[in-house]
Amino acid sequence: MEKSNVVLHVADVHKRFGGLHALADIDLQVEEGKTHAIIGPNGAGKSTLLNVIIGKLAPTSGQVVFDGTVLTGRKPYQINQLGIARVFQTPEIFADLSVLHNVMIPALAKRDGMFKLNMLRSLDSETGIRAEAEHMLEDVGMITRREMLAGSLSRGDKRRMELAMCLIQHPRLLLLDEPTAGMSRHDTNTTIELLKKIKSRGMTKVIIEHDMHVVFSLADKISVLAQGRIIADGSPDEVRGNPKVQEAYLGGAH
Amino acid sequence: MFEVIFLQFLNGLDKGAAYALIALGLTLVFGTLGVVNFAHGALFMLGAFCAVTVRMFLTMETVTIDPEKLSPWGAPLEVREPLVQAWLGDFGAVLVNYSVPLSILITIPIMLLVGIGLERGIIKHFYKRSHAEQILVTFGLAIVAQEVIKSVFGPNPIPQPMPTDLRGAADIGAWLGMQANVITYPVWRLIYFIFAGVVIGGVFAFLQFTTFGMVVRAGMADRETVGLLGINIDRRFTIMFGLAAVVAGMAGVMYTPLLPPNYHLGMDFLVLSFVVVVVGGMGSLPGAVAAGFLLGILQSFASMNQVKAIFPGIDQIIIYLVAVIILLVRPRGLMGRRGVMEA
Amino acid sequence: MTTFMSRNDLFLFLGFTVVVLAMPIWLAPFGAGYPDLLQRFMIFGIFAVGFNILFGLTGYLSFGHAAFFGVGSYAAVWSFKLLTLDAIPAMIFAVVISGLFALVIGFLCLRRSGIYFSILTLAFAQMSYNLAYSVLTPITNGETGLQLTLADSRVLDAAMGQTFSGQPVPTLLGQQLGGYAGFYFCAGFLILAFFIAQRIAGSPFGMMLKAIKSNQTRMQFTGFNTRPYALSAFVISGMYAGLAGALLAVTDPLAGAERMQWTASGEVVLMTILGGVGTLVGPVIGAWIIKYFENILSALNDNILARFWSFLPEGAADFMVTITSKFVGDGWHLTLGLAFVIVVIFLPGGIMEGVRRIAAAFRRSGSSSAKPSARTQPAE
Repeated sequence: MEKSNVVLHVADVHKRFGGLHALADIDLQVEEGKTHAIIGPNGAGKSTLLNVIIGKLAPTSGQVVFDGTVLTGRKPYQINQLGIARVFQTPEIFADLSVLHNVMIPALAKRDGMFKLNMLRSLDSETGIRAEAEHMLEDVGMITRREMLAGSLSRGDKRRMELAMCLIQHPRLLLLDEPTAGMSRHDTNTTIELLKKIKSRGMTKVIIEHDMHVVFSLADKISVLAQGRIIADGSPDEVRGNPKVQEAYLGGAH
Repeated sequence: MFEVIFLQFLNGLDKGAAYALIALGLTLVFGTLGVVNFAHGALFMLGAFCAVTVRMFLTMETVTIDPEKLSPWGAPLEVREPLVQAWLGDFGAVLVNYSVPLSILITIPIMLLVGIGLERGIIKHFYKRSHAEQILVTFGLAIVAQEVIKSVFGPNPIPQPMPTDLRGAADIGAWLGMQANVITYPVWRLIYFIFAGVVIGGVFAFLQFTTFGMVVRAGMADRETVGLLGINIDRRFTIMFGLAAVVAGMAGVMYTPLLPPNYHLGMDFLVLSFVVVVVGGMGSLPGAVAAGFLLGILQSFASMNQVKAIFPGIDQIIIYLVAVIILLVRPRGLMGRRGVMEA
Repeated sequence: MTTFMSRNDLFLFLGFTVVVLAMPIWLAPFGAGYPDLLQRFMIFGIFAVGFNILFGLTGYLSFGHAAFFGVGSYAAVWSFKLLTLDAIPAMIFAVVISGLFALVIGFLCLRRSGIYFSILTLAFAQMSYNLAYSVLTPITNGETGLQLTLADSRVLDAAMGQTFSGQPVPTLLGQQLGGYAGFYFCAGFLILAFFIAQRIAGSPFGMMLKAIKSNQTRMQFTGFNTRPYALSAFVISGMYAGLAGALLAVTDPLAGAERMQWTASGEVVLMTILGGVGTLVGPVIGAWIIKYFENILSALNDNILARFWSFLPEGAADFMVTITSKFVGDGWHLTLGLAFVIVVIFLPGGIMEGVRRIAAAFRRSGSSSAKPSARTQPAE
C-alpha cells in the first residue's frame, strides 16, 4: 500500500464518556478516491468516530489528520471549509427553507467562505449559484420539488437533498452516516447508483452502513468496529471471510 | 468588622429566601413541564394580594352616622364598627392581628386552583411549542395578571402590618453568645427565613420520599421513558404546576410585611428570579435554592457603603453582573445539567 | 441591473412608501392623522423592523433592545447639546454609538443561545437601566431626564455664529422639525429602514440568517461560522433601535431612562409578534396597531364610555361602562396583554399570518384572479 495516497488518517484516537470507552485505539487510514465503509453492531462507536472526525466531539487522546492538516481542535465549519462534508443519520436540513435554498446555501459556503457580509446584494442575482443548485437537484432527481419547503419532504427525499447539499460543495471527503436508512429498496438503489457516479469522479468517501447490500456494492475497503475497537480491516472479500467479524455480528454483543 | 459582615449576611437572607422560593417554583415548572414560565412572578404577586384581600375582609367595618354625636367640627360623627371584632370579640382582634400568616390557609387552595387552571387552560398547549413562544404567552399572561390587580387594587403599594407580637428585633448576637445589641435582626425577617426553609425542605422531602415525587423526578430526568411505563405523567405535571403556584403564592403572602405589594411586584421579582434560576443552573432544584440565597446575600453586601465607595453603582447591578459572568464562564450555571435549553 | 430588485419586491416597496407618505390622509378618518402620533408610528415602526432583523430572521429573542433605543436617545440629545441642533449629525452619532454598544453586548450575549441568550440580553439591559438611574446620572441626568437648555455649548452652532433665544429645539438645515415636517423626516427614515431591511431579507446574507434560525448545527457543518452572522444581525438591529431612539429625541428632545426598561423591550417584542415575526411589513403593522390603540384606548374615560353605551337600558349601560372601563384608559395594558395572549395562542404568525390565511381561503373559494402571496402585499 502506498502511504502517500492516504488522505484521512485517524491516529490512535481514544474517546471516553465518563467510564465508557466509546473509542479505543482507533487507527484508520482512508485512501484518496476510495470508498471506505465502517460497519459494526449497534453501539460499536461508528457515529462517535464520525463525530470525532467532523469536529463535533473532541477525542480524549489521539488526533485526526486530513491531507497533512490536523483536524483535531478545529471548529466544524473550519473542517468543512477544508473540504469535508457529512450526511447525518437523521437528516440535518433547513426545514423552513425551500429545497433550492437548502442546496444554494452550501454552494455559497464553498464560494464565499465561512462569513461574508453580502447583505445588499440580491439573492436573485446569484444566477450562477442558482444554476449550479438546480443542476445538482437534477442529478439527485429532485428538480421538480425545488420550490417545496424542505421540512415537508418525505424522509427519503430529505436524505437525498442532504446528499445534494454535501455534493454541491465538491468535498474531497464525504462522510455518510447510514445514507440509505429508512429508504425503500428503489430509493436505496438510486442512491447507490448516485454514490457510484460520484466515485467515478474521484471523491473519497467514508460510509457507515447497516445494509450489507449497500456496503458490498460500494466499498473498496471495510473496517469493522466492535465495542469501540477496530477488529478487522481489509477488502470486502477479506472482511467477509474473517471469523472475528462473524463472531461480532452473530455471537457478539448486540 | 465581623459583626458588620455577619449582619449583612443576615440581611441578605430574607431577600435570598424570597428569590430561592420563586426560583424553586420556576425550576419545578421548567424541570417537569419543560416550560419557561414568565408568569411565575405574577403568581408571587397574586399570593401577596391574597393577603391583601384577606385583610380587607377581616377589617371590614360598618359605618353608621350617628346624628346625636357631633365631631369637634360640628358634623355628624361617623361611627365605624369593625365587623369581625363585633362578631367574634377578642378572637376577632387576634384574627386581624395575624391576618398575614392566616392568609396562607386561604392562599393555598386559591393558588392551587389558579395554577391548575392555568396549566390546563393555556400552558399545556405550549409543551410542544418553542421556548420563545412559551416565553411570549406567559409574558402576556403576566401582563394580564398585573393589570387585573392594578384595576382592582389600584396602582399604589398596600402596606400589610405584621402581627404586633412579631414586630421588633431579635438579638441574634446575644443568642450566639456575642455582645448584646450589636447584631439585631427583625423578627419577621427571621420568620420569613425559617418559613422559606420549611417550604423548601417540604418540597424536597415531597419529591424525595413520596411515590408521586419519585415519578415526577423520573419524569424530570427522562419524560419519554416514564411515559412509556404507562404512568399518566401529565396529570402529575398539572399538580406540579399547581404546587409551584402554591409555593410562589405563599412566598408572596409572607413577604407582604417586608415590602408593601403593588401590581408590578411580580415583574420586579420575575426578572431577578430568572437570573437566579440561570445562575443556579436551569432545571436544578438545589441550584435554584443555593443561587437564590447566594444572590440575596451578595446583593446585601453590595449595598454596603464601604463596597459602594469602591465600586459605585454596584448595588444596582450586582445580580445581573453575577449572572452575566456565570453564564459566560460556566454556561450551565452552578449546578445545571448539560445541554438544557441551549439552542 | 435588472436583478437589483424583483418586481414583487419593487411593488411592495413602492406600495409601502405610498401608504406611509399618505398616512396623514388615510388615517385622518380614524382620528390618527395628527403629527404627534404619526411620528410615533414611524419611530416604533423602525424599532420593530430592526428588531425583526434579529428575532425574525435569526430566531434570537432579545429582551434587551430597549437599551439600544435608550442609548440612541441619549446620544442624540448629547449631540444637540454639545455639537449642533441639526438633526442629521445627531442621527449619525446615535446610530454609531448604539451600533458600538450593540457590538459589545452582542459579542458577549451571542456566546450563548436559546433562553440563555434572552436572559443575558435582559441582564445587560437591566444593568444599563439601573446604571442610568444611579452612577451614570452625570450622563443621563437620572430621573429628571436629559434635556436641552440654553446654556448648552453647541460648539458647531456657535462656530457658525448661530444664536438662539427661547427653548432650543432640533432642526434640519435650520428648519424646525415640529408637526408634519417632523413626521416626514421620520417617514423618510422609516422608508429607508424598510428598504434596507427588504434588501437584507432578500440577500444571501438574509438567507444565511434564516438558515441559522432553521438549523444552526447544519450551518456549522456546511462551513459557516454562524457567530459573525448573528452578531451582524444583532448590531444592525441595535443600530435600528438607536435610530428610532434618536428620532424620538428629535421629535421630543427629552431622554429618560424609562425608555430602557425591560418592559419597553417587551413592547417591541409584542409589536413584532402581533404583526408577524419574520415578515417585512408585519412588525411595522404591529407597531402601528399597538401605538394606535394605545393612543385611542388610553384616552377613553368613563364619560366617553357612558355616551357609547347610552343606547342600552340604564342598568345594563352602567354595567357595560364598569366592565369596559377596565380595558381602557390606564387599563389599556390589560387589553394589550389579552390581545397578545390570544395572538400567541391562536395566531402565532401574527396579523400577517391571518391575512395569508384569509387570502388563501379566498383563493380556494374560486376567485380566478392570480394574486401574489399575501406576504408581498402592502397589507394594511
